[in-house]
Parts: sequence; C-alpha cells; structure tokens
Amino acid sequence: MSFPILSFLTFFPLVGVIFILLRKGSIEVVERSAKNIAVLVSLVNFFVSCYLWSKFNPTTPGFQFVEESKWIANFATYKMGVDGISIFLVILTTFISPICIFAAINSLKKRTKEFLIAILVMQTFMVGVFCALDLFLFFLFFEGGLIPMFLIIGIWGGERRVYSALKFFLYTFLGSIFLLIAIIAVYWNMNTLDIVKLLNTKIPENLQTWLWLGFFISLAIKLPMWPFHTWLPDAHVEAPTPGSVILATILLKISGYGFIRFSLGLFPIASHYFANFIFVLSIIGIIYASLVALMQTDMKKLIAYSSVAHMGYVTIGIFSFTKQGMDGAIFQMISHGLISASLFLCVGVLYDRVHSRLIKDYSGLVNSMPRFAFMFVAASLANVGLPGTSGFIGEFLVLIGTFKVNYIVTIFAASGVILSAAYSLWLCKRVVFGQFKVNNSDEKLKDLDFTEIAILFILMFITILLGIYPNIILEPISSSVDLVVKNITAIK
Amino acid sequence: MKNLIPELVILLGSFSFLIIGVFAKNLNKIINYFIPVLLGILILFIYFNFSSSLTLFGNSYSIDPLSNFMKILVLISVLFTFLISNFYLERTNINQFEYPIILLLATLGMFVMISANNLIVFYLGLELQSLCLYILAAINTKSLKSSEAGIKYFVLGSLSSGLLLYGCSLVYGFTGSVDYTEIAKVAIGESGGLKFGLVFILCGIAFKIAAVPFHMWAPDVYEGSPTSVTTFFTVAPKVAAIAALIKFLNFPYGNFISEWKTIIIVLSIASMFLGAVAAIGQTNLKRLMAYSSITHVGFILAGIAIATPQALSAVLIYLVIYVFMKLGVFACIMSLNRNGVYFENISDLSGLSKHHPVISLCLTILTFSLAGIPPLAGFFAKFYIFLSIIEQKIYYLAVIGLLSAVVAAFYYLRIIKVIYFDPAKESYNKDIGYGLKFSIGVSTLLILFYFIDPSTLNLIVDNITKNIK
Repeated sequence: MSFPILSFLTFFPLVGVIFILLRKGSIEVVERSAKNIAVLVSLVNFFVSCYLWSKFNPTTPGFQFVEESKWIANFATYKMGVDGISIFLVILTTFISPICIFAAINSLKKRTKEFLIAILVMQTFMVGVFCALDLFLFFLFFEGGLIPMFLIIGIWGGERRVYSALKFFLYTFLGSIFLLIAIIAVYWNMNTLDIVKLLNTKIPENLQTWLWLGFFISLAIKLPMWPFHTWLPDAHVEAPTPGSVILATILLKISGYGFIRFSLGLFPIASHYFANFIFVLSIIGIIYASLVALMQTDMKKLIAYSSVAHMGYVTIGIFSFTKQGMDGAIFQMISHGLISASLFLCVGVLYDRVHSRLIKDYSGLVNSMPRFAFMFVAASLANVGLPGTSGFIGEFLVLIGTFKVNYIVTIFAASGVILSAAYSLWLCKRVVFGQFKVNNSDEKLKDLDFTEIAILFILMFITILLGIYPNIILEPISSSVDLVVKNITAIK
Repeated sequence: MKNLIPELVILLGSFSFLIIGVFAKNLNKIINYFIPVLLGILILFIYFNFSSSLTLFGNSYSIDPLSNFMKILVLISVLFTFLISNFYLERTNINQFEYPIILLLATLGMFVMISANNLIVFYLGLELQSLCLYILAAINTKSLKSSEAGIKYFVLGSLSSGLLLYGCSLVYGFTGSVDYTEIAKVAIGESGGLKFGLVFILCGIAFKIAAVPFHMWAPDVYEGSPTSVTTFFTVAPKVAAIAALIKFLNFPYGNFISEWKTIIIVLSIASMFLGAVAAIGQTNLKRLMAYSSITHVGFILAGIAIATPQALSAVLIYLVIYVFMKLGVFACIMSLNRNGVYFENISDLSGLSKHHPVISLCLTILTFSLAGIPPLAGFFAKFYIFLSIIEQKIYYLAVIGLLSAVVAAFYYLRIIKVIYFDPAKESYNKDIGYGLKFSIGVSTLLILFYFIDPSTLNLIVDNITKNIK
C-alpha cells in the first residue's frame, strides 16, 4: 500500500480549513494566520502535484496511482486515479489555487478568512472531480463545488451578485439533475458505477442515446455551450477576480473532461450519432459568442464571451474523434485556463484601482501603467492565438483534427479565430493605447506591484513556454488520448 | 412484558409528573432536566432490545425492528425538543407544568400508533397523539395566534380523524375483523368496500403528515404554535404516522398494491410540487419550514409508493436525515432571540453571518442539506429515493421530483442569501443555552459528515426492511 497521493491532494486543503477555523484570537491575528495557512497549504498541494507528475508514467494509457476502498455498501466505491487526460487538469487546479489565494490576499478588502476557506474547499472539490473513478463520487464532487462558488459570487461579488449567484446555482443544479438520473440509470443497467469497469464494458445501444443526453445537458450547461451559456457572463462579471479565475480556469474544464471521459468513453455509439449536433452547437457558439464579445462594454463580460467561444473549440476537437483534435482540445483547455486567468487578473488590477470594468472609462493606460500594458497586451495576443503562445497550438490542433473529418466545420471554426483577433485587439486598442484618460481624469494610476507582476509573469511564462514547446503536455497525454481515440473509432 | 417497558415508563412517568406538578410546583425545573435523561435511557433500552420481534395483547400490539427503529426516532425528536424547549419556555414565560407531561403523552400515543397491529389500537394511538398535539399548539395561552392554531388544528384534525374512523368501520364491515393479519387474509381480489375504506384511511393519515391536498392546516398551525412545539410537530408526528402508513399499506393491504400505489404517487407529486412552489412567497421562517416539510413528505411518499425493500430502506434513511435536519434548523431559528423577544421572519436573518458566524455556518449547512446538495446528508436521502424510483423505471416521478427539488433549492438559497449577502442587523443574544448549542452542533455534524460512512445506517435499515412483506 503506497501513500494515497491523490486523496492527499484532494483532502489536504480541508485540513487547512480546519486549522483556519480553529485559530482563535483577535481579528488581525486570525486573518494573518488564515492567509499563511492558505498559502502554505496550496503551495504544498502544488508541489505534491508536481511530484505526482514526475512519478507519472506517460507510456501506459490506463489509470495510475489508483486508490480504492469500500464506501457505500454494494453501491459506490471510493476510487481515485489519474490518467494522461486528467493529470494536467489536476495540476492546473493545484497551480491556479495558490494564484487565486495570492490574488485574494492582495485585492480583497473584507472577510478574507472566509474567502480563503471557500477557495480551499473549492480546491478539494475540483481536484476530486478530476481524480474520481466512480461516477457517484464524481457527481458528489461535481455538485459540491456549487456551494463554495455560490458563496464566493454572492458574498464578494459586485452589484448584481445575488441575481448572478442564484442564476449560476439554479442553472447548474437543474443540469446536474439529468446527470444524476443518468448515473442512476447506468447503475441499474450495468450494476456498477466504477468508471474503469464501465469503460471496458459495452452499454446497450438503445440506452446510450438517453444516457448521453442526460450527461450532455449537465455538461453543456457547465461548459457552457450555446444556448446554455447565459449564466456565465453574469457569474463572471459579478464574481470577485479570484472567483472569476477559478470559474474560468477550472470549473469550465470539468465539462471538457466529462465529455472525453464519459460521453466518448461510456457512450461511443451515441457520441457518433450526436457528433454533428455538437459541431453545429459549437460553431454557433464560437461565432455568436465572438460577435457578442465584440459589442460588449464591460471588459469582464467580453472575456466571458470569449471563454464561451474558446470552449467551442474544445467540444469541436473532442467530437472530431481524431488524435489531433483530442490533443488540441485538452491543450486548449489548459491554455485557456492560463490565458483567461491572466486576463481576469488584469481586469481585476484595473478594478481594484478605479472600481470600474467599463471599457469606455479607460484609455491610453500604456502611458501611466507600462508594465500592466505589456502584460495585458501579451495576454490578449495569447487569447487571439498568436503563434508562439499556447493558444495557437490548441486552436491549430483542433482545426487540423476537424479538417480530416469535416472541412466545413473547420472553415466556420477558423472564422472564429479572426473574430477573436478582432475583439481582443480592439479591446487592447481602446483600453491600452490612445490618449491617457481614466474616468475622464488624467490622474496617474499606480502600476503593477510586485505580487501582481509575479503572478502575471508566471502565467505568461508558462503560456509562452507551452506555445514554444507543447510537448510538455502533448507527450504525457499521448498514450491516454490514443486509447480514447482507438476505442471511439473502433465503433464506426 | 419486558418489551413494553418504554411505554410503561412514559405512561407512569407522565402521571407521576402530573402529581408532582400539582403538589410541588417548585420541582418543575428538576423535572425538566430529569426528562431528557429518562428519554436517553429509553433510547438505549430500545437500542439494546432492537431485534426483538413479538406481538402482544392478542396480536393487537406488535414490537419488531421497524417499530423499534421508529420509536428511537420519535424519542430522539422528543429528546431534542426538550433540550431546545427549556430555555425558550423560560424566556417566553410559557412555563405551564403540563407542557412536558403532554409532550410525553403525545409520545406515548405515537408509540401506540407505531406498534399498532389492529385498527382500533391504531386509532386509539392516533387520537391520544392528536389530542395532545391540539393542546400543545394552543399552550401559549397569552398568544392569540397560538390559540387560533390550536382551534384550527383541532377542528380540521377531528374532521380527518372522523374520515379515518369511517374508513376503519368500512374495512371492519367488509372483512369482519379489525386485526391486520385477519384483514390481510380476507383482502384478496376485488372489493369495492375495502377500496373505499382504504381511501378514507389514507385521507386521514395524509392529513396527519400534511400531504397535499390535506396540508392546509400545516402552515397556519406551524406559524401560530410556540416554536418549540412547531419543532416537535415537524418531526415526531410525521415519523409516527409514516410508520403506521408503511405498516398499514404493506400488511393488511399488501395485496392491493396497484390500487394504493397510484393514490400515494398522486399525493407524492402534489406534495413535492406544491410544497416547493408555495414556499417561494413565504416571509415567515416557520411557514416556510411548513412548506419545506410538505415537500419532504412528498419525497418520502414517493419512496413508500415504490414499496420495494430498497425503497422502504430509502424512506427510513430519509426519515432519519429529515429529523436531524429539521431539528437543527429549528434550533437555529430558536436562537434568534433578542432580550426575550423571538424573531421568526426570514428578514430577521439578514446579515446574521456578521455577528453569529457559527450559527450562520450551521444554518447554511443545514439549509443546503435540506435543498439536497451533495455531499451533505440531505442529498443522500433524496438520492436513495430516486435510486429506487428509477429501478422501477417510473421516470416521470423521478423527473418531477428532481424538478421540484430545483424549485425548492430556490427558496433555500434565499435563506442563505439573506444570511450572507444582506446587510447586518443588530446582534442577537449570544447566550443561547446549552440545549440549543448541543442540538445545533450535533445535527450539523451528523449532516455534514454523514457522507464519510453511509453504510452503517444502510445496513441497519436493510435488515429491517427485508422482513417487510
């Protein structure tokens, strides 16, 4: 029995929460120790996940570090494990968490302790989602994440936080109900919820369609896919900066992961059947969301719509059933996580100083905040998918993959790249360049401080590193992706 | 006779407390502390004799694991009610010495209901319980609302008892017996009279558990009664009535499953849906909780309608979790006390998290659990019910149930919104008494950590339900 490293990664943040809750004393002391504990816990978790990566064997396609123990009698087991598809999502989660914690410590004014607790609880659920190898366990983590996110948006959000928080919660809750019914149906038909066993058995064809739809509704809402995306702009706009970062980097990725693992893995026949349906929705999503992003007056909303568009590439890539497409989709998820995190952090920097997210309130920031301007433009270019950044690799691979299958889809999807250049560059032009003016005054703004620079620099560094040398990710995921692609193409 | 000790102790105990209450009024306080200990001992007693299975008094009174399970649940409800009552009654000056006695007698009535193996015994238990509940609703003689609640409950309750009694007489007329076993022997095949009797009896029981369309009394009575009594109303009588319902449907009417299944499903859907929708507009926490219990009863009825051993296990698990969630929530509501004035509107929770972070956190956990969000216990409760519904492939019931859970989530979220997102009000009294602290703490911890080991409870209830039928 080796050390249960995945359980440690999942539940260690909760240990931190307990320590934070137990700390008594004056408010300053408690807040300070809460910050220390949160930073420590999240960094430890990050290093442990790096250790996980170093021990990960990229040549075997199956699950590694598997832990299994009894849980609910003859129904669900506690089973954890990672393969090439999930390991980077776990690392992304443990990597983004300390960034969110630093950002929160830097920018939050009230109730920092509670916020850190919420983030740590969130981390537990999100790592758990990617590690769970039992459908019931997956659902538990999947749904549990709603609670801290609801509180994060509702307590620390902007003016319309209550509306957004409720919308976010009820929308996703509604979706997950169909997931729950589908999971129960899987149990009664297959008599197990163990994902490994399910992946190796064939689910009856007539059932697959219905179960696929049950999973689809829930995952499409969480992704979010057009036309289920309406909660996302609201949630993003109202959430505090670290909340938006978690939402964009981790929460949106659960669905991409779910599509690969469950829709493709468990219901391959239905996936073939619905592939064109997904293409149509994704293309509408990409083009529609990009056009809407063009017209936004609120920076966060613009980034939110750009997220919807970028997630469209992920679904197209997954449902192309080619190795390149799947590689691209996974790469795009990680790359979008890094890029949207830096964009949201940039907007957060501006919001901290001026308390406005409206594009028209800013102009010519390069004159007053050169360091900020550099970071913002770099992040925007990565968002466009400039060659040399990770955004390019993801989109490019997806487009290659789909071209093999359906070139019409590729043509439409590629037009999204142009549109993304349009809205990102136009945003840069309006906010960063031109005559310096903020809120109609010429008062200078403080440029980035050390923490902000450090956070943005790390994100940008990895974005470019992945853009130049994508094999860091593509190589370890290769054998797992091969297996998925082999299984799904064997059906046809 | 050994197995009757709990009933006898409660009966003799309440009589002796009555005598003490009349002659030595200053002993009241001691009694109030003594009763929880007594109840604790009774719980242990039943727990150690859990698997005993026998019938007494000419087959009219049965003691089996199912009834023991339900009795423990009732005792836990009563115990917690006592724990949270003491402080409340002192503050609101409702210190009638009859209060604990009537509570104990109501408990006795529930015990009789749970163990009844005979229509007459069942009716006697039900009436003993109901009469005590009418008095309890009106126990705050200084409050007009409380008296109104009592009268309302009494008038509607007697009507439903009348229906029930009429149903019993029909059953007796058509089978020639009041004994469950005898009825089961005769009740085979088509019989209009038996079906009629079934419908009337179901109406009577549906009234006691406040299932739609027999729920009208619940919000008014819950609102008007003193909060400690409302706490008791939401848990104990429901446990008892559901125990009686399970027994009644599965023993004497076991052959009529296709007939009563439809009726219970209709009741269940109506309760889930109306409970969820009607709660949205409420401003009073106790009324809101009344509608919330109606929804929960709907889920429980869905499990009863399915009637497989697994579904009945789900019902029992649901009841356990339901009892603890409600006890915890009401304990939180009762801690909203500022200098002897108790607050019970949703708006009074505004910004509670600022001055009372611990109570807020507990109330939030319990509310999320009521809404059925994983990984809290409330989710598991609903999950087991849906597991058994989908096993029987009654998908429409599952979908309606889950949709009403989403609607219900809205008003639960509103409570959390008020606690955390709204501006803070003046602080409430920090000293809420040990009873409340204990109740809130225990129920929250159980709800929060249930997911770690759900199997233990599963095993216990599976052993009980495999013997039904």
